[in-house]
Amino acid sequence: MALKIVKGSIDRMFDKNLQDLVRGIRNHKDDEAKYISTCIDEIKQELKQDNIAVKANAVCKLTYLQMLGYDVSWAAFNIVEVMSSSKFTYKRIGYLAASQCFHEGTDVIMLTTNQIRKDLSSPNQYDTGVALTGLSCFVTPDLARDLANDIMTLMSHTKPYIRKKAVLIMYKVFLKYPESLRPAFPRLKEKLEDPDPGVQSAAVNVICELARRNPKNYLSLAPLFFKLMTSSTNNWVLIKIIKLFGALTPLEPRLGKKLIEPLTNLIHSTSAMSLLYECVNTVIAVLISLSSGMPNHSASIQLCVQKLRILIEDSDQNLKYLGLLAMSKILKTHPKSVQSHKDLILQCLDDKDESIRLRALDLLYGMVSKKNLMEIVKKLMLHVDKAEGTTYRDELLTKIIDICSQSNFQYITNFEWYISILVELTRLEGTRHGHLIASQMLDVAIRVKAIRGFAVAQMATLLDNAHLLTGNTQRNGICEVLYAAAWICGEFSEHLEDPMQTLEAMLRPKVATLPGHIQAVYVQNAAKLFATVLRKHDGETESQAAQETSQLLIDRLPLFVQSANLEVQERASCILQLVKYIQKLQQKNVEVAEEVTALFAGELNPVAPKAQKKVPIPEGLDLDAWINEPPSESESEDEKPKAVFAKEEPKHSRSRHTEVDEKELARRREVRKQEQANNPFYIKASPSSQKVYDAPGVEHIPVVQIDLSVPLKVPGMPMSDQYLKLEVERRQKEKAERKKKEKKKKREKRGKERKADSGPESEEDITPAHQVDIVTEEMPENALPSDDDDKDPNDPHKALDIDLDKYVPYCRHLQFIHVLHIIKPTVYWFPFQKSSKHKKKKQKKEKEEKEKKKKKRHHHHHQHHSDAGGEDSVQNGTVEEEEPLPVSQSHSVSLKQEVKVYDIQGNHQDESKVVVSVIFENKSDSFLKSMEFNVLDSLNSKLQRPEGAGAHDSLTVPFQLPPGVSNEARFVFSVQSIIMPQKLKGTLTFIVKSDESSTHEKLDFKLHFTCTSYLITTPCYSDAYAKLLESGDLKGSSLRLEGINMPFHHLLARICFHHHFSVVERIDSCASMYSRSIQGHHVCLLVKTSDQTVSIDAKCDEPSLLGNVLDEIKQTFSKC
Amino acid sequence: MIKAILIFNNHGKPRLIRFYQYFAEDMQQQIIRETFHLVSKRDDNVCNFLEGGSLIGGSDYKLIYRHYATLYFVFCVDSSESELGILDLIQVFVETLDKCFENVCELDLIFHMDKVHYILQEVVMGGMVLETNMNEIVAQVELQNRMEKSEGGLSTAPARAVSAVKNMNLPEIPRNINIGDINIKVPSLSPF
Repeated sequence: MALKIVKGSIDRMFDKNLQDLVRGIRNHKDDEAKYISTCIDEIKQELKQDNIAVKANAVCKLTYLQMLGYDVSWAAFNIVEVMSSSKFTYKRIGYLAASQCFHEGTDVIMLTTNQIRKDLSSPNQYDTGVALTGLSCFVTPDLARDLANDIMTLMSHTKPYIRKKAVLIMYKVFLKYPESLRPAFPRLKEKLEDPDPGVQSAAVNVICELARRNPKNYLSLAPLFFKLMTSSTNNWVLIKIIKLFGALTPLEPRLGKKLIEPLTNLIHSTSAMSLLYECVNTVIAVLISLSSGMPNHSASIQLCVQKLRILIEDSDQNLKYLGLLAMSKILKTHPKSVQSHKDLILQCLDDKDESIRLRALDLLYGMVSKKNLMEIVKKLMLHVDKAEGTTYRDELLTKIIDICSQSNFQYITNFEWYISILVELTRLEGTRHGHLIASQMLDVAIRVKAIRGFAVAQMATLLDNAHLLTGNTQRNGICEVLYAAAWICGEFSEHLEDPMQTLEAMLRPKVATLPGHIQAVYVQNAAKLFATVLRKHDGETESQAAQETSQLLIDRLPLFVQSANLEVQERASCILQLVKYIQKLQQKNVEVAEEVTALFAGELNPVAPKAQKKVPIPEGLDLDAWINEPPSESESEDEKPKAVFAKEEPKHSRSRHTEVDEKELARRREVRKQEQANNPFYIKASPSSQKVYDAPGVEHIPVVQIDLSVPLKVPGMPMSDQYLKLEVERRQKEKAERKKKEKKKKREKRGKERKADSGPESEEDITPAHQVDIVTEEMPENALPSDDDDKDPNDPHKALDIDLDKYVPYCRHLQFIHVLHIIKPTVYWFPFQKSSKHKKKKQKKEKEEKEKKKKKRHHHHHQHHSDAGGEDSVQNGTVEEEEPLPVSQSHSVSLKQEVKVYDIQGNHQDESKVVVSVIFENKSDSFLKSMEFNVLDSLNSKLQRPEGAGAHDSLTVPFQLPPGVSNEARFVFSVQSIIMPQKLKGTLTFIVKSDESSTHEKLDFKLHFTCTSYLITTPCYSDAYAKLLESGDLKGSSLRLEGINMPFHHLLARICFHHHFSVVERIDSCASMYSRSIQGHHVCLLVKTSDQTVSIDAKCDEPSLLGNVLDEIKQTFSKC
Repeated sequence: MIKAILIFNNHGKPRLIRFYQYFAEDMQQQIIRETFHLVSKRDDNVCNFLEGGSLIGGSDYKLIYRHYATLYFVFCVDSSESELGILDLIQVFVETLDKCFENVCELDLIFHMDKVHYILQEVVMGGMVLETNMNEIVAQVELQNRMEKSEGGLSTAPARAVSAVKNMNLPEIPRNINIGDINIKVPSLSPF
């Protein structure tokens, strides 16, 4: 044995440690991967050894390799081994490795529960600390559930180092196991006033994280935070609190009003930029929440804007960036105050720092008005030209479009201008945002009827010059624009001046190089244009032009029929046949225009994106029900090959079609040939026929080649700048006219109200250039009005939306939170029942007798209620009335009650003693002192009083309570029998001191000990469990629960958490569970579930204890 | 919340990675590459905030970084953190490293990744700021190191000796250590 150890340590000498590994890797630059793979082999060997030091060293090296991207999850079990070493050095290595590579999917995590629990309760604070740190990185729902209580105890650890870690990790526990939030919250709140600043800061941190997601539940903490804000000097804490207030103010405007003053003071006094910045941010949030009807805050806005301007002008890029960021928040509600700094923001667009430019762009978005839109966009267009690097340019492009299209094109007065901007943007080479421009074009053309003529003309030019857009690169995103252009030209072809020319442009051979979906639109819209051309020539007999058009299509469409893209091919062949048929009719001088147009009749209207969602489902319609019975297995198998066949259908069907009608076709062909021969107008489709045909062929089109290096000016395209000039002129003209009119009016109605001031133009004064009719998006008639939230259903924070104040509806003044501990390692939170007299209400200013009486009656009622509840609270031990969260004992009385049991780790020496810790919170405005705590002892449970004291003497609470403060006191009880739940009545007497008087007051309460509270989560292995069941010492009982509608693992989690069981084994929908009472009773459960019915078979060596526990379990589930 | 802390050098070689949200190893490497790509092309005189790493976070997340000589310290945080506060925190962290390693340089981080992790664990825990007071951080780190020493440490004297022997024929690893301020300077190392 000794030899083995010696050998081991000699081996170790030749092991590589982390430094050797790093050095080795650095010396093997050329074959790093190979070197590392040999190292991994070595590590694997090292992990096989018994020596824990060798293992730890190997794990340490693995952590390094993990950083380099190597998957080390194969060593997860070894990591757990190292974690469980008794030496801190190794333990730390193990936990570090675990925190780097464990996650929810790591299966060995479930082996760690007991080890972590042991470490958490270790006498060495650094063992505990290391465990907490590690756990914070890999906590899973199971770990959170099993360890929540242990961590909660650590929140009251004597060492602040552990307290602050325990407080922080609670946030992770809440996220993974939301049910723990409610029972832990009072403790957490208490930590806000911890004497150690680190713990305090941690508590603030956690509550801020919680409140950020669900602020409304934390409004009640506002006074406490307000106090902290005015007293704390720790900037970190201040920043967090101020950020939190920023989240709370939108919910409670009164809070905002209170905040303005201290925040402004801080802004003036602080030297810390970070604090100043957060103050400004929160003031902005306050102002936003107050924006309605509080005109006299302009001073605060001015202060903020002023401070932000200083930040933006600062040479520190960070401050500049943040200044702009905050400015954009003000912008939303107070655009006027920001707009005056337009110069500064435009200046930032030239900054060398891209982050800053992007922020400035964001700001511009909100700064536009009808008046300055054109001007701002013009500046942006200049930047587009200058911008190097496509990302920033693309960003500019999207911003321009965002700015213009915001709130339904609200700021656009001249849509011709906008269209020309869009057209100008198409000249950007290599942008990714072709589809964005395209969708804008479509949107405007469809929704602004007045603009269609202009839009169509522009689009026709675009189509005509398509070669400029497509350029050489086929993958150019900008060609998406052609999609829109083709569609607009086709759909609104009645506005086209020369549809023939556009049609021709759309059928050029080069089109075939465009992406398939664009070609498809081309083909379809060529058909629309065709219809328009026919209509134009309607009535002219034997119209040459119409027939030429048909011929053009017949000539060009075959190109598309050959397309590899199915959509294009299908449409083209469809339309080709159609045109051929039309041509035949034309040759017979049949009027076809009407019918062809009918193909494309009807107008497309925009539909709101949410329209479908808002259609209510008619009654009696079940969307999940099968319309037809699902096909049987064998059928679906048969269908599979069919589906494959269907995919190839287009080709097959055509050929099949010909096969079927072969004879018929042959006959027709004959007839057609005859006809063609007889028809003098028929031009044969031979290649030579093109010469006959005098419409321009592709080769003959005079293509104007434009040098691309010169800024493009597509012939015939108006520049957007012209519009800017025109617009200015127009406005001036309008203004002049308006002035004239006004003068007239004034002459007519002098002395009457003068509405429009002739000074600076107000928004409303600017009238759009054309009568613009923005078609609103269509909604179904019976649309449901509410906007459903777009929240992410997977957000883990959703589960934390817990109203923490819910079960203290009346308790305005004095609040008790009762916590029971069993002496030493076990800690209990016991159900605590309390009927409050609420006499403290007297302290309120007006204390008319009547009111008091009313209140008293009120309380009597409640007392009664609670007594009644008390009778059945035998079963009622763990009540989850209104609450979704079962942990808390919510009786209809005014107090929080909680039950929790902590692991006892086999230490049952003090099985007859429990410690009750009571948190006293003074919710009144007066000072409370001389508090005395007394409980009426029962035979079974006695309050332990100091030696020499009488059996009914009160215990003095060793502190006084200023208003709003809470504190904790502990009382020891001795308990004899734990097999029955019990209640103890108690009284608290205290003196209320106010300025003018002091009165003696009394509060009655009840302590409620459930049987569950005496159970301790004790792990049990399946073999021991089986032995226990076989022993035959246990007596059985069972319970059925109907209508339980929750997943099985939730159900188990609930039992584990509320009744302190641990799962021994789980197979499908069946699980065995175990728990142990403080006096060593074994409780075994077998839980089965099927179809909303849960059956629990239980065994215990103490039948009455078991009965009570089962009743309590039943209660838990009856409330959910 | 802090979502990730990355330390890499001017060539994008990771020196410490700490994710507070699970990503598989290849994804982690991809994030490091992307972050390095975003950060490294920025001048030293532009702002230290960066939006829009596509791999990590999303719209609510920002990259906040500082560049010291050869190393980038990048924190990926969400909107609940104060931007300037995190910048200060990075400074605190680096100053702490400087104290614990007595004039820290990149080599310290290279060879003692585990120790850097232990220091970081006293500053940030599970993505939340644990302690910002440097003296407190240093005190806790030292107490734990002392404890490790009392247990004999991981690598005891003989192992050291052996590793010295193993190193003998290697070129001397220059371990210049500079400092005065917190700037981390590294000797003329061939790029790793």
